[in-house]
Amino acid sequence: MARDSALKPFYSALLLAFVCSFLVSSASVGLHSRQQANQQLDRQKNILRAAGLYREGIPVAQLFAAIDSRIIDLRSGKFVSVKEINPKKFDQRQAVNNPKISHSLAKSTDIAGLRRLEDYSWVYLVKKDNKISQVILPIRGSGLWSMMYGYLALNSDLNTIRGITFYEHGETPGLGGEIENPAWQAGWQGKKIYNQSGKVDFKVVKGGVKTKGAAALHQVDGISGATLTSNGVDKLLHFWFGNYGFKPFLERMRRRINHGRTLTSLN
Amino acid sequence: MNKSKKELLLGPIMQRNPIALLVLGICSALAVTGQMATAFVMTICVLTVTAFSSMIISIVRFQIPSSVRIGIQVTIIATLVIIVDQILRAFYFDLSKQLSVYVGLIITNCIIMGRAEGFAMNNSPIASFIDGVGNGLGYGAILMTVAFIRELLGSGTVFGYEVLKLSTNGGWYVRNGLLLLPASAFFIIALLIWLLRTIDPKQQENL
Repeated sequence: MARDSALKPFYSALLLAFVCSFLVSSASVGLHSRQQANQQLDRQKNILRAAGLYREGIPVAQLFAAIDSRIIDLRSGKFVSVKEINPKKFDQRQAVNNPKISHSLAKSTDIAGLRRLEDYSWVYLVKKDNKISQVILPIRGSGLWSMMYGYLALNSDLNTIRGITFYEHGETPGLGGEIENPAWQAGWQGKKIYNQSGKVDFKVVKGGVKTKGAAALHQVDGISGATLTSNGVDKLLHFWFGNYGFKPFLERMRRRINHGRTLTSLN
Repeated sequence: MNKSKKELLLGPIMQRNPIALLVLGICSALAVTGQMATAFVMTICVLTVTAFSSMIISIVRFQIPSSVRIGIQVTIIATLVIIVDQILRAFYFDLSKQLSVYVGLIITNCIIMGRAEGFAMNNSPIASFIDGVGNGLGYGAILMTVAFIRELLGSGTVFGYEVLKLSTNGGWYVRNGLLLLPASAFFIIALLIWLLRTIDPKQQENL
């Protein structure tokens, strides 16, 4: 075609790139608040789902009212006062990139591939008769391709798993993506994370879990065809229930629950 | 290439079906046909993208330098797909989560590129738009048929409503687990192609 001068492809590509990027960014900016509201709702839904409290048809906000959202200091395991951290402004995802309230992890401790760890974390308490019946913890870790975000709910013994969900990840659909599958997540219920001496004793295993004996309580099935995703889940569990994760918080809580304190006096 | 508008719109459903005759767009036809609801949303997305990308490409077809035309087509298609994806995320979050990467993968759906390169580059914007809608419908017809068979026999439901009571819920129907797996769509699509080519022998390839 004769009308094509040597520079024309550049001009037209440049113009097109400009127009397209304008359209894409305006769609992204314009719909951002709606998308964020959806994500927030989805996270709340998953917190409820991990705790087994989600009911189809009932507004999430209504169900979520039964849950007490608190912020803790991950290192000390103590609840943080509203003065220290404003819950309305605290975004855990953003906190990771804020050097004032996060720190980088040494390679030897960073088994879940997080790179940076925030100093504070949300925890969600489910109350029953003014006592804690469940604690739901946000967890995350690297899978094969992506950071996997989820929640894990513990029963009041702070050791038995009530449920787990993953709500955001970029694992291969149909393989690693099966971490979203409720059928697989159901296999986690009733398993225990710590052994009697208080160490993390938990494994995502290849092949089947043992059906009998004490070991069966500390194992869940890995996902066929997704060994690296399964390993990632295994490692993130070890991280988040270890000393750098929620262990200080859980130990503190366990002491308090054992002393028969009610929730109102927990601070 | 002076086909009537009706033929442009309806031709791709039976005579020139992009999946059955050209065997394009198979990837997503396997992936999203486990449930009718996801197949339906996917159909709407592909139909919208095909129609508008064909129209836009047709409008600017005289300005596109031939040396970079594929890149320009892909950029236009990708822009539309991203916008559709963003809208889904804002208004139909659950569906967009179910469709996961497949909305983004509409960019690589050969039907859209095929219509852009094969039709829109040589035809008027209106004809291209209608052709895009027609091909979207053709794609959707196969998708919905496959999804109907897979959901009915695999999960005993149609659009999520229980039709065959499953044995796991105390009913009589033992579900077919194969149909829940993406690979089963291969068999169903193959049978549909056989059916279409038996009804309309013109579609058969001469060996």
